Amino acid sequence: MENPNASGVLSRLAGLLPASRFMRGPAQLAAYESDGLTAFQVKPLAVVVPETQDEVIALVRFCHAEKLPFVARGSGTSLSGGSLPVHGGIVIALNRLNRIVRLDPGQRIAVVEPGVINTAVTLAAQPYGLHYAPDPSSQSICTIGGNVAFNSGGAHCLKYGMTSNHVLGLKAVLASGEVVEFGGASREQIGPDWTGLFVGNEGLFGVALEITLQLLPRAEKFHTVLAGYRTLEQAGDAVSAIVASGLLPGAIEIMDALALEAAVAAVHAEYPPGCEAVLIVELEGPREVVEADRVRLDAIIAASKPVEARPARDAAERLAIWKGRKSAFSAVGRLSPDFIVQDGVVPRRRLGEALRKISAWSGELGLRCANVFHAGDGNLHPLILYDGRQPDGLARAEAFAGRILKMCVEMGGSITGEHGVGVEKRDYLPAMFSADEIDCMKRVRGAFDPLGIANPGKMFPEAGAPALTQHGLHPLEKAGVISRE
Amino acid sequence: MNLASILAPTSLEELSATVRSTPRVVAVGAGTKARLTHVSADFIRISTARLSGIVEYDPSEFTFTALAGTPLREIVATLGERGQSLPFDPLLVASGATIGGTVAAGLSGPGRFRFGGLRDFILGVRFVDGEGRLLRMGGKVVKNAAGFDFPKFFVGSLGRFGVLGEITFKVFPRPATTRTLRLEAKDAAAMIKLFAEAGNSRWELDALEASPGENAVWVRLAGPAAALDVLAQEILARYPGTSLPAAAAAELWQRVGEFSWAHAGGVLAKVALTPEQVTEFSAVVRANPQARSWVSAGGNLGFISLPPGASLPSLPWPALALRGAGLLWPGVRPRFDIMRAVKVALDPLNRFPNLDD
Repeated sequence: MENPNASGVLSRLAGLLPASRFMRGPAQLAAYESDGLTAFQVKPLAVVVPETQDEVIALVRFCHAEKLPFVARGSGTSLSGGSLPVHGGIVIALNRLNRIVRLDPGQRIAVVEPGVINTAVTLAAQPYGLHYAPDPSSQSICTIGGNVAFNSGGAHCLKYGMTSNHVLGLKAVLASGEVVEFGGASREQIGPDWTGLFVGNEGLFGVALEITLQLLPRAEKFHTVLAGYRTLEQAGDAVSAIVASGLLPGAIEIMDALALEAAVAAVHAEYPPGCEAVLIVELEGPREVVEADRVRLDAIIAASKPVEARPARDAAERLAIWKGRKSAFSAVGRLSPDFIVQDGVVPRRRLGEALRKISAWSGELGLRCANVFHAGDGNLHPLILYDGRQPDGLARAEAFAGRILKMCVEMGGSITGEHGVGVEKRDYLPAMFSADEIDCMKRVRGAFDPLGIANPGKMFPEAGAPALTQHGLHPLEKAGVISRE
Repeated sequence: MNLASILAPTSLEELSATVRSTPRVVAVGAGTKARLTHVSADFIRISTARLSGIVEYDPSEFTFTALAGTPLREIVATLGERGQSLPFDPLLVASGATIGGTVAAGLSGPGRFRFGGLRDFILGVRFVDGEGRLLRMGGKVVKNAAGFDFPKFFVGSLGRFGVLGEITFKVFPRPATTRTLRLEAKDAAAMIKLFAEAGNSRWELDALEASPGENAVWVRLAGPAAALDVLAQEILARYPGTSLPAAAAAELWQRVGEFSWAHAGGVLAKVALTPEQVTEFSAVVRANPQARSWVSAGGNLGFISLPPGASLPSLPWPALALRGAGLLWPGVRPRFDIMRAVKVALDPLNRFPNLDD
């Protein structure tokens, strides 16, 4: 145990909760020592499982009083190591704070606790014809609290934005112990957007206790097209033509040949033969609008000379297209013992150039790389395959990943579109922001968390940062429960 | 540095030097929301008038970057030439409002109903903090999750945490056509019922506004013309109302966008509401025979106006006065220690006005 006084602290901590919700046993802690970034394991001092907001407040105030670091955790699906425990700290597991406190269909809002699963919000809203728009690939298991902390994205960000665009207000206990309420049930804010500042804080400000989400009417009609192309470049040109046309599709996704091969093997997806890339485009809206827009979209796609274009004829075919797309990452993972997944963003006009560079580096470094990405918003997800048992396998993969991140910044993009910085990319934050800018962020963090106890070691570069790695599938991916985007 | 550049810097570097050289500073744009910069006389007023112009615009990226003093008029025109727009319908375009002032005020127009307000389209900012450092936060691409979301925080921040120098936005293709309908709502209850029903419908309305004084709810549809014909017919079959001819619709949206329904030279405040609070909001307005009001965003936003000389009653909702004398915050305002702590973090020397000013 790193902290010599830890046993005293822990016995006082144990007094805050019933014994069944305070865990110290090695077997109990093992389940919490890693998240979706499985390369890293850190054993926490203890895991506490509050069931009420008051218990969370008491725990955070205790941590503040004792200068005890903590990490709030939902389902542990972070791909950037966001919910990785910190040395000498505790994990506050929020899964039991899973009440939907209020769902008001008239105002189209839901008030939820942080442990509520993403899809549970949409399931609750469905009877009213409403849905919760942000749809990260892990949505069947990830929690709203984690989505808020990392401003999660999904396949529909170009049109609907990220998590922060759907959070109207929240109640939180800050790392300082203060309980605050930002925003509210109105879609309009008055004064500085404190809610907007809080969302995406990566757990560095405190713990959200109650979150007010906006709900949207579910689109009446979808038109989903899958088109196969001989080359990635042709698929990219089709995206440019769609964007230039003035259409605003709900999703524009591309999968490359290696990703297609994997999806075929994993979920028996069927794609046009001989294609280096597949494009998926989805229109949505009132049926009359979709009917008018689909005529234009179909003409653009026909003009882009696909090998074959397949519009989904019914809901089942649409779901099959999305199943292939959403399974792509875990499917690619089966092709290789180890892999690194990246999340950089480039300006859309430079997508082709970025993909050519990635392909050239893949050849140069002798590492296969699959690409599945949100073409509409330039958000790449290169998946670098390597064998960690080879002496230099990991080092070459890391070098490859580092080149991609730097390329994204040099092209005017971002090191992360939706996975967050976390532990994984903290050393790359200075590639995007100056020392003054990082200092400014740290000052604001210090205002929320004067003692630096809330998820320390994330987002900001520190000496002794762990290596940038991603080994194998998350256990839940192997089980087919979650997938990555 | 000469006096002219202190009052109106011409580059971001000059802006930064100006902030460093003045103990108390407040930035002003075109002054269309004058109450926001009514601060005590010891503040030097920096004009963003010469920090003007679109510095980057690539329509295929759905993004543009403009200096803070750029008039909205120029932005709307430039985007329009390429068939694009800011979907939240920035307000006071014809009146000369700047993009920086619009961000600092946190003002969104009727189009915010469909895809969200200004906060949902801001991507990045360059600003000068209280120590005079020129900092860039957020990004220039449509998707970015690196670092804290300062760009959103600056929406509605009134220049109290820093001076905005340059702002990057996401834009969307402008819909092919629009159609405006006037529906009758005899009272607030009818209005609220309409907000809920129409807002939850399959129609995907572009805007949903109401003028309580006229017992009218205004619906705007946007999209392909053929589709809008069908949707408009369906709506009018369900609710009593009329479709506005194009000229009348343009006049209406101009009236909303420029606040020409409000008293000239009087008090104007915006109020954050929930749709169910529209009843009480209407009652507050009716209680003052001189007051005029407008309800926006399906009942999530109210505006209230009073003639010159009159002052607002204290309001039971969060509210911000944009024009006229009287309180800056005429409504309820939560106060937490963190707000002061963040102010100190960004403005340790207290160069910018306080949130209470």
